[in-house]
Amino acid sequence: MKVLVTVKEVATVEEDFEISGTEIEDTYLDYDLNEWDDYAVEAGVQLSEAGDDVEVVAVTVGPERAEETIRMALAKGADRAVRVWDDDLADAGLLDVGSKAELLAAVVEAEDPDIVLSGVQASDDNFGATGVALAETVGFEWAAVVNALDTEKVLEEGVASVHRELEGGVEELTDVELPAVLTIQTGINEPRYASLRGIRQAQSKEIDVQTLADLGLDASVADSDLELTAMYEPESESDAQYLEGDASEQAAALADVLREKGVVGE
Amino acid sequence: MTVLAVADHRRGELRDVSYELLTAGRELADAAGTDLHAAVISGDVDSLADSLNREGVDQVHAVPNGEEFNHDVYVQAIEALAADIDPEVLVLPNSVNGLDYAPAVASRLGYTYVSDAVDVDYDGGTLEVAREMYASKVETTVEADEGPFAVSVRGGEWPAAEGVGDADVSTFEVSIDEDAVRSTVRGFEEVGGGDVDISEANFLVSIGRGIEEEENLELIEALVEATGATLSSSRPIVDNGWLPKNRQVGQSGKQVTPDVYLAIGISGAVQHVAGMKGAETIIAVNTDPDAPIYDIADYGVVGDLFEVVPALIEAFGGEPPNV
Ligand SMILES: Cc1cc2nc3c(=O)[nH]c(=O)nc-3n(C[C@H](O)[C@H](O)[C@H](O)COP(=O)(O)OP(=O)(O)OC[C@H]3O[C@@H](n4cnc5c(N)ncnc54)[C@H](O)[C@@H]3O)c2cc1C
Repeated sequence: MKVLVTVKEVATVEEDFEISGTEIEDTYLDYDLNEWDDYAVEAGVQLSEAGDDVEVVAVTVGPERAEETIRMALAKGADRAVRVWDDDLADAGLLDVGSKAELLAAVVEAEDPDIVLSGVQASDDNFGATGVALAETVGFEWAAVVNALDTEKVLEEGVASVHRELEGGVEELTDVELPAVLTIQTGINEPRYASLRGIRQAQSKEIDVQTLADLGLDASVADSDLELTAMYEPESESDAQYLEGDASEQAAALADVLREKGVVGE
Repeated sequence: MTVLAVADHRRGELRDVSYELLTAGRELADAAGTDLHAAVISGDVDSLADSLNREGVDQVHAVPNGEEFNHDVYVQAIEALAADIDPEVLVLPNSVNGLDYAPAVASRLGYTYVSDAVDVDYDGGTLEVAREMYASKVETTVEADEGPFAVSVRGGEWPAAEGVGDADVSTFEVSIDEDAVRSTVRGFEEVGGGDVDISEANFLVSIGRGIEEEENLELIEALVEATGATLSSSRPIVDNGWLPKNRQVGQSGKQVTPDVYLAIGISGAVQHVAGMKGAETIIAVNTDPDAPIYDIADYGVVGDLFEVVPALIEAFGGEPPNV
């Protein structure tokens, strides 16, 4: 069985930052493995540990810098890593969901996995759509916002028996025929830390870099139907009353508020 | 040309976002100079369709296939509806079920998709969408000029459509290709029962990822002890297994309405706020003065929880543990 895990390197912004045009300058950005994808990687590695002959391939679309992130997936137990990149992608603006799905669909066609695991959403652009759009593009079945997966059934019956986490503490129990894409919700498992040995081994592994041409795609895949036309810091709507002073003064004022509201006695 | 809004419902009831997306849909229909259609798929569609007949809705389509939500049925139903009424904009909920079918519908129909809108506008064939990025630290405007479009709207951003409308309500027949239905919903499960019911508490001390390590929870427990509060948390604390699921406040956790909600080291992500915005008084302790939680807080303490919380414990005569 082959498991493909999509991973994305996401940018997080520092507390203070500046926007120039429709971008945040790189000096204010840190990069990390997308939180949701960390859980997807763990779900993939758990499948490979539970079954014989399960291969886990991690794929990312990103510049050379993203190799650091995909090496995290290798260090945690993925067998191989594919990185898709091309000058045409580097020059593209905000990729739309369709473009991302097409890029990953070409990788799915090349790899022919039984199951694709991706995160529910990426914490930077927050589209929450790539996994499901990918499923539709390649004709796989899918389930979104999965917070439990029956490993045995996947391995033995070719069915993904999942829980989908709905709103308000309700879960939907759904069976999905493979091949399928599952978008993984945080909390589904406990992502492992990469061991030192894992990290060392990952450093020496080759990352398979694929260009658009390698994947049989042309530059038009990078034509996005979306354009980012403005980026701004949201105007603070805060009308909070701020408690000033050092920590003990703030605490004293806060204690007064709590007493005044009648929630703490004496 | 039309605007088509698709309702969200579960176990026989329309969800709030259904009425909100009618409002967003009406705005788009006005901007485009066209009619607003609404659709409800699966379940007791006749009564649900009547509820969707609110002011501003021109036509409601009741699609009777299926009992509960199944994305394969939804995709086929919307595909058939779109073929019939040719929507320029599809308005869908950015709910968990929306996450499960909206991208597939857009992909199947070849519509340009923009998710999680907090504002929308339509101008001369261009769809303009306001949305947030980087954990709500920035807001963006995204333009799409190649229609038709599908947009999913964030719950709580539009007022609910009200009143009784004079829409035509009719049944829309779809013949579902059952071979293409490859997912089966087996049922539902309630989670998060257990020792305490945080939705009953009148004073919640709620902790978020700012606590950093499980050991540091001791500090918050001492505060809870000194103040007689009930302990709750944001999602990462539960994801890490540091507190049980029944303590989680938010969209996928519990909705709470205490007199006071003291949010410590919680950023105020939209899915968290969904569960606690009904608190009478909201107090936030956070090192980041720009954290979104301050937008809804009544009192703000900008500071390090590892300094403020021990001082607060002392202010109530308690003894802070060494963490
Ligand atoms: C479908 C879906 C459903 C979800 N459901 C829920 C839900 O039900 N409930 C929920 O909570 N989340 C939910 N989430 C997750 C949500 O998007 C956020 O990831 C989560 O709420 C963030 O939790 P947090 O505020 O504790 O962490 P963070 O966003 O990491 O915030 C931590 C905060 O702590 C502050 N901080 C750090 N150190 C200190 C210090 N020393 N002193 C004071 N402050 C400090 C930081 O400035 C920051 O603001 C859901 C997400 C999805 C996609």
